[in-house]
Amino acid sequence: MRITLKVWRQDGPTSPGSFETYDVPGVSPDMSFLEMLDVVNDRLTLDGKRPIVFEHDCREGICGSCGMIINGVPHGPEKGTATCQLHMRKFHDGDQIVVEPWRAAAFPVIRDVAVDRSAFDRIIEAGGYISTPTGAAPDANLTLIPKPVADAAMDAAACIGCGACVAACPNSAAQLFTSAKLAHLNLLPQGQAERWARTEAMVETMEEFFGSCTNHGECREACPKEISIDFIAMMNRDYVKAKRKNRKLLSQIR
Amino acid sequence: MSDIGYLDGKVPTGPIDEKWTSHKFNMKLVNPANKRRYEVIVVGTGLAGASAAASLGELGYNVKVFTFHDSPRRAHSIAAQGGINAAKNYKNDGDSVYRLFYDTVKGGDFRAREGNVYRLAEVSVDIIDQCAGQGVPFAREYSGLLDNRSFGGAQVSRTFYARGQTGQQLLLGAYQALARQIRAGSCTLYNRTEMLDLVVKDGAARGIVVRDLMTGEVTSHSAHAVVLATGGYGNVFYLSTNAKGSNTTATWRAHKRGALYANPCYTQIHPTCIPASDDFQSKLTLMSESLRNDGRIWVPKNPADTRSPDQIPEADRDYYLERRYPAFGNLVPRDVASRNAKTQVDEGRGIGPLKNGVYLDFGDAINRVGAQVIKERYDNLFEMYERITDEDPYKVPMRIYPAVHYTMGGLWVDYNLMSNIPGLYVLGEANFSDHGANRLGASALMQGLADGYFVLPYTIGDYLAGMLGEKPLDTSDPAFKQSEAEISDQVKRLLSLRGKQTVDQLYRKMGVDVVWAKCGMARNEQGLKEAISDIRAIRDEFWSDINITDQSQTMNQSLEKAMRVSDFIDLAELMCKDALHREESCGGHFREEYQTPDGEALRNDDQFAYVGAWEWTGESGQQKLHKEELAFEYVKLAQRSYK
Repeated sequence: MRITLKVWRQDGPTSPGSFETYDVPGVSPDMSFLEMLDVVNDRLTLDGKRPIVFEHDCREGICGSCGMIINGVPHGPEKGTATCQLHMRKFHDGDQIVVEPWRAAAFPVIRDVAVDRSAFDRIIEAGGYISTPTGAAPDANLTLIPKPVADAAMDAAACIGCGACVAACPNSAAQLFTSAKLAHLNLLPQGQAERWARTEAMVETMEEFFGSCTNHGECREACPKEISIDFIAMMNRDYVKAKRKNRKLLSQIR
Repeated sequence: MSDIGYLDGKVPTGPIDEKWTSHKFNMKLVNPANKRRYEVIVVGTGLAGASAAASLGELGYNVKVFTFHDSPRRAHSIAAQGGINAAKNYKNDGDSVYRLFYDTVKGGDFRAREGNVYRLAEVSVDIIDQCAGQGVPFAREYSGLLDNRSFGGAQVSRTFYARGQTGQQLLLGAYQALARQIRAGSCTLYNRTEMLDLVVKDGAARGIVVRDLMTGEVTSHSAHAVVLATGGYGNVFYLSTNAKGSNTTATWRAHKRGALYANPCYTQIHPTCIPASDDFQSKLTLMSESLRNDGRIWVPKNPADTRSPDQIPEADRDYYLERRYPAFGNLVPRDVASRNAKTQVDEGRGIGPLKNGVYLDFGDAINRVGAQVIKERYDNLFEMYERITDEDPYKVPMRIYPAVHYTMGGLWVDYNLMSNIPGLYVLGEANFSDHGANRLGASALMQGLADGYFVLPYTIGDYLAGMLGEKPLDTSDPAFKQSEAEISDQVKRLLSLRGKQTVDQLYRKMGVDVVWAKCGMARNEQGLKEAISDIRAIRDEFWSDINITDQSQTMNQSLEKAMRVSDFIDLAELMCKDALHREESCGGHFREEYQTPDGEALRNDDQFAYVGAWEWTGESGQQKLHKEELAFEYVKLAQRSYK
């Protein structure tokens, strides 16, 4: 295959950026998208040029490091697939492929298509945990969790924190990310004690960095783990309840 | 450093099931009010690092946590699929702490320290409680109780799992516990910061020197103790199932400051990975070993058979694992499964376009329990396989082949997880301690979390208690300044190279053509000697012929990679040296000269029942060997049999 690659190049957070176009012959359909970029980078280096900076690590679709907008779509054309698991067989000989970084104010560009997603860490630090000091937990089988509940929590917990949801959202909202973590923890019996405090703290930290949700649903379409926007509904309901319960200091009461 | 034969693992005396309990009682404590007067550095935020940092933070220590990733959650523990072992015996199938201990020592081919392994099995039960408490969504039965499955090398079902994403969920649990401590102020996170040196003064670890990957700034951090939890070195092979960023730099640089590197030749080849498709392959993808519960491994009996797998009748298939190992069948340990696959491929019975794999067939399981049940068990793995190969494993058998996956070797530590340098602790895959020459499936997660949650928080107190009132070494000390200068020089030197090869080209040449070819699944004397001279030539090429065109001090991935590869080159040489000296076959280390008539690994317990720990003497390849003799008081030395 031979493709034309149009890539966003930007030297640093405050530098201006622009697209550069590369002719890429000799692409194998079995290559992953990132392997194609590896080849481009080796060729650029041999030509004495600066290789493209892009984040990647596990290349198995689980670490959440990689992510770029490919032809206008976060992670590219294949549904439910992170960039590293996208293969060149999904494109055609002669295609032009446009590659850009996540575009969101909360994810400033570091260089080329690498962005800073640490705002996600701030949301988790605000309350995305169940406080269980090491050694304090009771026997694991003491808490029975119905299988459907455990499965639903797992569906939410599958989030890889890549940021595609934010990149896809016209408002750069992080509702899908935040609600996935909230649903994971709020569904489980272990998560009940901190449920209302967690919900209020995480939602309000999210709002410091990200835009607001207006129910476009683009986030779910872009999510490589196909996390459901039903979790956003659950978060909204919990948030309203949390505001009331927390204000009245009645968080212990269901 | 003493001469050969005097390494002391400091395993407590007494009956094996009382060692840890009595040791915990005998260790010194730091009182709660004094804990805040100590600084501890933790490098790495995978299962071991994040769990250690969170636990130390909860105890009240001041913890500085370093990761080269943007977030602790990216650590490669996240990619572990299959599960985590624990001797809960929830299945009433005869499991016990003693059996997990026994299986692990035997699975490790009798090259692990009994005391450590027993402790690992002992705390395994606490790990499950801890993780369930944190909200790790382990798989459940309809009753609401935890589900288990079986794994290679065991005849009981003791593996807890969260779909095919167990590592992800356990890491998120540890990451969230760490996030809670970051919020509380007890842990300070330095992300996108890479450790490039360990500072040792007056015989003890005093701190580290790091490079900020965003600005290129080199700075020093001091502490009362340094904890390395920086993972394994599987990427020395270039192609492995490790993440692209996984590297040995932190452990290697500690080695160059005096930490002993133990058993580097013990590398694990995982039997069920997707075979390479072409020369552009950048990494290999693992398919969880749990698939061997339901998948049957076979090759066509006739090497010339070109029929598609569904057209090959039962009579023309060789289920070689079931045939050779009737008791364990497809669930033999990883090293045995891998070597058998290699034999099939080497003898021309490989399948697939490049004839570089064997079949893993779910046809029987689908007929037995139905596609829906198989989907529930493995759906994400099947999907991943289809994405990569464009083949549907519900219809066509998977093609699999072994790939480098885990490294049992690592920095030498004693029973307290302290290296030979006082104040330097090493956890998880970065140390050598618990898996001997071969790790059993679902035991890496167990060890990482055991070390971080339940071992280090106790043992580090014993060391720190003796330092009450001491201040950490000031970072203006010449020891720090000299190290900073050396790192800045190395960066300058790398950026000045104007050769004709990219780092990746040379790295691939070393990893695939030399280390994998000659120090991979099977090794021999001649090949290892060749490999050592090849690696030396590659080192010369590296320092003269690579080209880093990106000259910036900001995010510069070419420079980061070059630094890591320079350490891999040195490690590769030591690995081959270790493999050459170990004139026996054991676990993941298979020397072709030492095998039984039917091709099984042949140990030499009289001469090699020891840990080989190498001391840096100033020049690569010139390390000096130290031995820690291994005593087997509880598990009788025997040739492993899975027949």
